[in-house]
Amino acid sequence: MTLADGIWQQIFSFDHYGELLALVRNSLIAGAALGLVGGLVGVFVIMRDLPFAVHGISELSFAGASAALLLGVNIVAGSIVGSILAAGTIGLLGSRARDRNSVIGTIMPFGLGLGVLFLALYKGRAANKFGILTGQIVAVDTPQMSWLLGTSAVVLVALAVMWRPLAFASADPEVAEARGVPVRALSFAFMIVLGLAVALSVQIVGALLVLTLVVTPAAAAARVTASPVLLPLLSVVFAVASIEGGILLALGSSIPISPYVTTISFAIYLVCRVLGTRRARKWGAVRATA
Amino acid sequence: MSPSTGADDTALISLRAAALSYGERVLWQGLDLDVRPGEFLAVLGPNGAGKTSFVRALLGQRQLSAGTLTVLGRPPHKGSRHIGYVPQQATLSAQAMLRARDLVRFGIDGHRFGPRPRTGAVRRRVDEVLASVGATAYADVPVGLLSGGERQRVRIGQALVTDPRILLCDEPLLSLDLHHQRAVTELVDARRRSHGTAVVFVTHEINPVLGMVDRVLYLARGGYRVGTPDEVLTSEALSRLYGTQVDVIRVRDRVTVVAVPDEAAQEPHHPELPHGVRP
Repeated sequence: MTLADGIWQQIFSFDHYGELLALVRNSLIAGAALGLVGGLVGVFVIMRDLPFAVHGISELSFAGASAALLLGVNIVAGSIVGSILAAGTIGLLGSRARDRNSVIGTIMPFGLGLGVLFLALYKGRAANKFGILTGQIVAVDTPQMSWLLGTSAVVLVALAVMWRPLAFASADPEVAEARGVPVRALSFAFMIVLGLAVALSVQIVGALLVLTLVVTPAAAAARVTASPVLLPLLSVVFAVASIEGGILLALGSSIPISPYVTTISFAIYLVCRVLGTRRARKWGAVRATA
Repeated sequence: MSPSTGADDTALISLRAAALSYGERVLWQGLDLDVRPGEFLAVLGPNGAGKTSFVRALLGQRQLSAGTLTVLGRPPHKGSRHIGYVPQQATLSAQAMLRARDLVRFGIDGHRFGPRPRTGAVRRRVDEVLASVGATAYADVPVGLLSGGERQRVRIGQALVTDPRILLCDEPLLSLDLHHQRAVTELVDARRRSHGTAVVFVTHEINPVLGMVDRVLYLARGGYRVGTPDEVLTSEALSRLYGTQVDVIRVRDRVTVVAVPDEAAQEPHHPELPHGVRP
C-alpha cells in the first residue's frame, strides 16, 4: 500500500506548483506551436499513409540532435538537419508506396545507430541524452525557442499554401494529376514539411514518441468527422490538449513528460473510436433508406 | 497534317498518323481519328495494347512518338478544365478523409494553391452536380465508407463539375457489380446526349456499353481498327488485326471475342478476349 502510494506520489505531485509553472512557460508556448503543427501535418500523414515514415524520420532526427549535443551546437538545428536529410531521402527514393517502407526500414536503424554512437561519445549530463529519446520538460531555453517558433511558422505557411492541392493529390493522385496538380513535386514538398514537423516534436516528446503528436490526434479526429474544416481543427485541439495536459501533469513529478502526453493522446483516440462506430452506423442507416 | 476532311472543323479530338511507342516497342501507329461532340467512342484491346497510354496522350501526360494530336483545336496540355477524367475506382485512396461533396469540389478548385474561402456559388454548383449524378443521399458520407459504385458516381460528378467538352473514362467499371456498371454507363450516356460531351471510354469489357457506343477503337498488336461495333467486332476484322484466327460470337445483344486456344490459355481470367497477344 505504501509502495503504491509512493509511486502515485511520483506520478502526480503538485507541491510548489505555482513556482514550477513559471519555469515551464517556454515549454507551454512551444507545446502550443507544436500541437498546431503536429495536428495539421498529421492529417496528411494519415491520408498519405506515412506513419512509418514519421517514425523513420524521427530516428534520423535523433541522430542529428545527438550529434549536435556532442558538438555542443544548437540541438534543434541538429535535429532539423537529421530530419530533412531523412525526409529528403525517403521523398526521393521512395516515391512509390511499395518502395517506401523498405527505404524507411533501411534508413531508420542506421539513424538510431548513429545516435547511439554520438550519445556514447558525449560526456555531459545523462539527463540530456535521455531527453532526446523520451522527451524533456524544462529543456526549452530562449535560443531553442526561437528555432522552434520559426520552424513552426515555416511549416504553417507551407501548409496554408499547398493545403488544397495536397489534399487532392493525397486522396486521388490520378485525377489530381490529370487536373494539372504537380503531384510529384507536392509529394516531395510535403516530406520536407513533415521533416520539419518531426524535428519540432522530437524536442518535446522525444524521438521515440513523435507518432503520438503527428499521427494519433489526426487519426482520432478522422474517426469522428470527414469535414475538411472540422477534421484539422479537431486534430489540432487533440494535439494541443495532449501536449499541454502532459506538460502540466508532469510538472511536479520526476517522470519525463512523454508518458503523460501519450496517455492523454491515446485516451482521446479511444473515445473518438467509440463515437466513430456510432457514426458509421448512422451513415449506414442513411444510405439504406436512401 | 493530312488533308482536312469536313469532320476536322467540329472534331474535339483529332489524331493524324499518330504513333506511341516505349523504346523499341510500338503500342500503336498510323492512327487517324476524329472524335466529334456527343460521340461515344469505346477504346478496346488486350492488356498492354496502349489503351491507357492513349488516354494519357489526350491528357497531355505523354508525348506522341510520331504524328499529331489536337484536343479542342490545340496540342493537349495538362490540367485542362474542358476535359473530365474518371479512372478506375481503386485509384481513390481508402484513407482519403473527405466527404463525397469535397471530392466533387476538388473538380472546381482542387488544383489551386493558397487558401480559398468557400463561396455560395461553389456550394450550389457542388449540390447541383451531386443531385445530377444521384449522389445527394451520401453527399456528406466519408468517401472511405462509400461502395465502389457510389464512389464512381461521385467521381463522374467531379469530372462533370466544370462542364467539360470531353469526358475521358479509363476502365471506370472495373470491380463494379452489374447494377453499378449500368448506373455509371447511363450517367455517361445521358451526359453526352444532353450536353454534347464527347466520351472516350476505355474498357476491356464492351458489353456494358455496347448499346450506347457510336464507334469502337480497337488497339492490338501495334495496329488498330476503328468503326462502328458492327464493323469492328467481327471475326474477319479482328482476325486481320491480330493476324491470327479470332472468333467473334454474338448472342442477342452481347458480343464475345474468343481467342484461338493456345493464346487463350495464357491468360485464363478473361476468356472473352484474345490475350497473350504481343506485337
